[in-house]
Amino acid sequence: MSAFSFPLLTATAALPAIGAVATAAVPAARRTAAKWLALVFSLATLALALLIAARFDPGAKGPFQLTESHAWIRDFGVRYDLGVDGIAVALIALTALLVPFVILAGWHDADPLEGAEPNRRWRPTQGFFALVLAVEAMVVLSFEATDVFLFYLFFEAMLIPMYFLIGGFGDRAGGRGEQQAAAQRSYAAVKFLLYNLAGGLIMLAAVIGLYAATAHQLGAGTFSLPEIVRARASGALQLGTGTERLLFLGFFFAFAVKAPLWPLHTWLPNAMGEATSPVAVLITAVVDKVGTFAMLRFCLQLFPEASRWAAPVILVLALISIVYGALLAVGQRDIKRLIAYASISHFGFIILGIFAMTSQGQGGATLYMVNHGISTAALMLVAGFLISRRGSRLIADFGGVQKVAPVLAGTFLIGGLATLSLPGLAPFVSEFLVLVGTFSRYPVIGIIATTGIVLAALYVLVLYQRTMTGPVKPEVKTMPDLRVRELVVVAPLIALLLFLGVYPKPLTDLVNPAVQHTLSVVDRKDPQPSVPVTAGPGGGGPGRTAQTQDVEAAK
Amino acid sequence: MENLIALLVAAPLVGAALLLCGGTRLDRAGHWIGSLLAVASFAVGVVLFAGMLGRDAGHRALHQHLFSWIPVGGFRADVAFQLDQLSMTFVLLITGVGSLIHIYSIGYMEHDARRRRFFGYLNLFLAAMLLLVLADNYVLLYVGWEGVGLASYLLIGFWQHKPSAATAAKKAFLVNRVGDMGLSIAIMLMFTTFGTFAFGPVLAATGQTSEGKLTAIGLMLLLAACGKSAQVPLQSWLGDAMEGPTPVSALIHAATMVTAGVYLITRSGALFNAAPDAQTAVVAVGAVTLLFGAIVGCAKDDIKKALAGSTMSQIGYMVLAAGLGPVGYAFAIMHLVTHGFFKAGLFLGAGSVMHGMNDEVDMRRYGGLRKYMPVTFVTFGLGYLAIIGFPGLSGFFSKDKIIEAAFARGGTEGWILGGTALLGAAITAFYMTRVMLMTFFGEERWRNAPTPSPDRPSAEPAAETRGEYAPPHPHESPKVMTVPMIVLAVGSVFAGGLFSIGDAFVGWLEPVTSFSHGHSPVSAGVVTAATMVVLVIGVGLAWLMYGRRPVPATAPRGSLLTRAARRDLLQDDFNHVVLVRGGEHLTRTLVYLDHSLVDGAVNGTAAAMGGLSGRLRRLQTGFVRSYAVQMLGGAAVLVAATLLMRGV
Amino acid sequence: MNPVYYLYLAALLFTIGAAGVLIRRNAIVVFMCIELMLNACNLAFVTFSRMHGNLDGQIIAFFTMVVAAAEVVVGLAIIVSIFRTRHSASVDDASLMKL
Repeated sequence: MSAFSFPLLTATAALPAIGAVATAAVPAARRTAAKWLALVFSLATLALALLIAARFDPGAKGPFQLTESHAWIRDFGVRYDLGVDGIAVALIALTALLVPFVILAGWHDADPLEGAEPNRRWRPTQGFFALVLAVEAMVVLSFEATDVFLFYLFFEAMLIPMYFLIGGFGDRAGGRGEQQAAAQRSYAAVKFLLYNLAGGLIMLAAVIGLYAATAHQLGAGTFSLPEIVRARASGALQLGTGTERLLFLGFFFAFAVKAPLWPLHTWLPNAMGEATSPVAVLITAVVDKVGTFAMLRFCLQLFPEASRWAAPVILVLALISIVYGALLAVGQRDIKRLIAYASISHFGFIILGIFAMTSQGQGGATLYMVNHGISTAALMLVAGFLISRRGSRLIADFGGVQKVAPVLAGTFLIGGLATLSLPGLAPFVSEFLVLVGTFSRYPVIGIIATTGIVLAALYVLVLYQRTMTGPVKPEVKTMPDLRVRELVVVAPLIALLLFLGVYPKPLTDLVNPAVQHTLSVVDRKDPQPSVPVTAGPGGGGPGRTAQTQDVEAAK
Repeated sequence: MENLIALLVAAPLVGAALLLCGGTRLDRAGHWIGSLLAVASFAVGVVLFAGMLGRDAGHRALHQHLFSWIPVGGFRADVAFQLDQLSMTFVLLITGVGSLIHIYSIGYMEHDARRRRFFGYLNLFLAAMLLLVLADNYVLLYVGWEGVGLASYLLIGFWQHKPSAATAAKKAFLVNRVGDMGLSIAIMLMFTTFGTFAFGPVLAATGQTSEGKLTAIGLMLLLAACGKSAQVPLQSWLGDAMEGPTPVSALIHAATMVTAGVYLITRSGALFNAAPDAQTAVVAVGAVTLLFGAIVGCAKDDIKKALAGSTMSQIGYMVLAAGLGPVGYAFAIMHLVTHGFFKAGLFLGAGSVMHGMNDEVDMRRYGGLRKYMPVTFVTFGLGYLAIIGFPGLSGFFSKDKIIEAAFARGGTEGWILGGTALLGAAITAFYMTRVMLMTFFGEERWRNAPTPSPDRPSAEPAAETRGEYAPPHPHESPKVMTVPMIVLAVGSVFAGGLFSIGDAFVGWLEPVTSFSHGHSPVSAGVVTAATMVVLVIGVGLAWLMYGRRPVPATAPRGSLLTRAARRDLLQDDFNHVVLVRGGEHLTRTLVYLDHSLVDGAVNGTAAAMGGLSGRLRRLQTGFVRSYAVQMLGGAAVLVAATLLMRGV
Repeated sequence: MNPVYYLYLAALLFTIGAAGVLIRRNAIVVFMCIELMLNACNLAFVTFSRMHGNLDGQIIAFFTMVVAAAEVVVGLAIIVSIFRTRHSASVDDASLMKL
């Protein structure tokens, strides 16, 4: 425990939870107050998240910092254990960063329909923002939890507010009947819930199995991640090969549903397509990250041997996700579904990086989580602004927007370029690291994954061409450009994409030690180059000396 | 001195940021800001050049380390610049020609409402291109590499309201991405082989690894070069890229960006030297492309597309030379520089012609323009003489050397390559003379209304539909446009000769390319004579076909080869059938399968559950006594099971 | 006398009761048959209590009686109210709790 006894991690999770309750309690007539309240709470959470990042010391020893530990359910060894490593800090910061933008972008998404004045019982606006904050609280806690049971609890609990966000709030004008839209929404929401519950239940079985194993071998059962890792390393806890693999699969299945990995992905396009775009951002940029994060933290650390055993299969699945998601994105006619399939492709990259088990791969995967969150948020939110202007999600309904709304088109293009990992923007750094990390251990998989960069260019540019260029469609002619509120949402995201693309060092410094720790637990080392070059790498050495040697060699 | 290097990149980058984010406030001054920053970058380049000349050859390279960019494990990419003789040559070419074209664009884009954005993109291009040539490692080079791709995408599609422009832009980016894939795989290979991807250490260590690996890296670099430099098989985008404004074609698709592939190969020279198989591939690509481009250039009636074919062909020469190894690197770069002058000049001339002809691009609608545009005629003519290799002009020196070096390869290969290069020279003379004759000589075909023809690449269909035809009023372009053309024409005339005085250029690049003299089976004099002969044949043939006889205003059907060449030798048709159609079918099938198979399995499970519970519901008959039977039966089963378990 | 005979009697009574529940339609008769089954169980409990020499069975028999009494109160009330509304005491008529 540090001398700093203020429970910072608890506070960061509790603040949005309190905000959710407070927002929900705002009287029906004072909608705007509820919005501002939610925004203030999300900004305060961001401040706390930044405080975590500031207090976190990447160089310190030990896997977790800022730890808090309290007994909770003594009989079953469940503890309220919190702690963060560099990866968690980065993702908490991402979550806390994105939620204010989600709230701002969805400022009018939950306004009651014209004429339908809200009453005391029915307060959709308050409900929407309260649910968003509730999701934030649970996501933050699942990033912080170092107790498997505690993690599981919030991992599952966040489904409830997400279910209501997807099923309860959709795009206003779907172009179809409101009734049909509602039916589609509820289908998407139920699908989301059932898929994730199924994954979660299998994980619950594995969690109980793990507990039983610890109870059997350690005397007292425990759910504590550091304790189990320590016990496994010292040999006090020995799982049979078969048991370990089964437990691993139980955990992995739940995370693969959430991440989502092919072929467990089909809930994502439905959910992202039907939800409003801020909620879609919440799904793909925030909630889904818990899945990939948990692979790193729980799958790899609890079951290192099984992870190594399963890695080849998972890598192939991830590879299929990359190519398959990209190809399907090319074939979509709906903007939001296109972005959803693009996300599936990107999650393939993240999982690829994690299970390549090299420091470039895992470091890249962690950066990828952050960068994908920001870039998808930028693209999706601008797409949302676009869709709300036209009242349609179909690509074919747009055309020539660039001429009437150049700023909107420009931001959309930048979001798209980030999605296709253009160098100079943040996602390039992470995608390249993942590819290099994968290539250095599995060259063939690395090369096939590289085709993803061509396919990404294809779906992004086709989308841009069909919506933004060409002759101006008559329905688009009166489309207004971005408003101030919308610009406030998009501009910081773009600035961040640029900054992290040019100077990702703060992030890599944060993440590297955590990745090294994970790799040491999994007992994997980076493959060494076949010809180690003695000169300082990275262009430290002046090129001239090398070339003079060349001349000599040529002679 | 080192600290100035970053300024080279920073100046245009600041310009791009200002112009693209500045909003409409900068509309009136945007083009001046853009041009000023381009010139500023050039000025910095000149200062650095002067400084470099002041040092002796061994200490000319400069190095500037800015910051550590991506440090993860053993992977360390830095933002660091390296300015040696090769980079310096490029810096001067890029900023020099770039500045001229900025100035030219002030006039050319005068009536475009989005001129500010145009200059923003041009500045962005300069910054990216400078980053490309100044980077000291392959990853940073990759950033510039994709950056110029982005700028090229934005500028080709500058007139986005034209669907053809938007499509061309997308195509250029996609084809380039295929090449980029090669570059990224090459970088990964370097990282796994050497543990680094900085030029210095990698190129120094080429002797310590197997040739197979080096060949693989070399082939991947070649793929990248093919994409960016429009070499076969990734050349298809360059012709379409002419949809962009003409200054863009001059700067990006003639003088600078498309030569990045040559830079890459030359920069990686040490690596290619150690991988002869990769070199052979480079040479083959260059030889094929130089013929391919030349043939396409012969058939195009669109002046810009004819010049694009020519660009492809000339870069083919450079790639060929670069593939020859230390014998050819210096000549490749020399041809690159002279080509930068005369091709940029030719494009600007074409732009000037279009400017005066209501944006008509069909050469069959030109004719006799020399009277109306004297300055354009003279500058274009000098560029023409330079490119066909007229003795004494730039192209003569640089191309002749490449042909010589090709023969010097020795053996059958040498004869094939030399012969190809000679044949290319003949075709070059032919199609350039054709362009010249069709544009500036002959009768004034633009006076009559065009006859509608399905084959004609109609740039201005509106004129035909309107019924009455208003002939254009050809006029000379304003000073702001002609001055850059004159400067480039001067360069086209003198650069080659200047470089060749005492092999100055070769000596200058020696520390980077480690030049070695080849032993040609044919003496230099014979090669020069042969070049002259094919030159005369090419020009003469063109004069017979287009000078002596009047040029029909509508294209004749032409031979099979001509028709194929008009369609870029069917490369696009191949792409369309195999990649576009095939891809569409693939995605459509996958979308269907995703819905029916993957999602179908999920929905099927749900439906099966629903069906099962429907069946089970039937058991609830509502009759109390049937429930009682079930209870009794259940109890009996339980008792029986208990007894059985006990028994066992 | 051998206590096993009481068990045989209890089994016989239970079977009669069960058969009655399954066969008869009149709710009152069904109800009485259920009582018969309960009392058969009571008899078995008491017999076991005697056989094992402890009081557990007798205590449970008292519990059963209490529960049976409560059940009579509720059950008869339901039957009477059904009879009042439908003018029938047949259990097959009250088959509304299906599909």
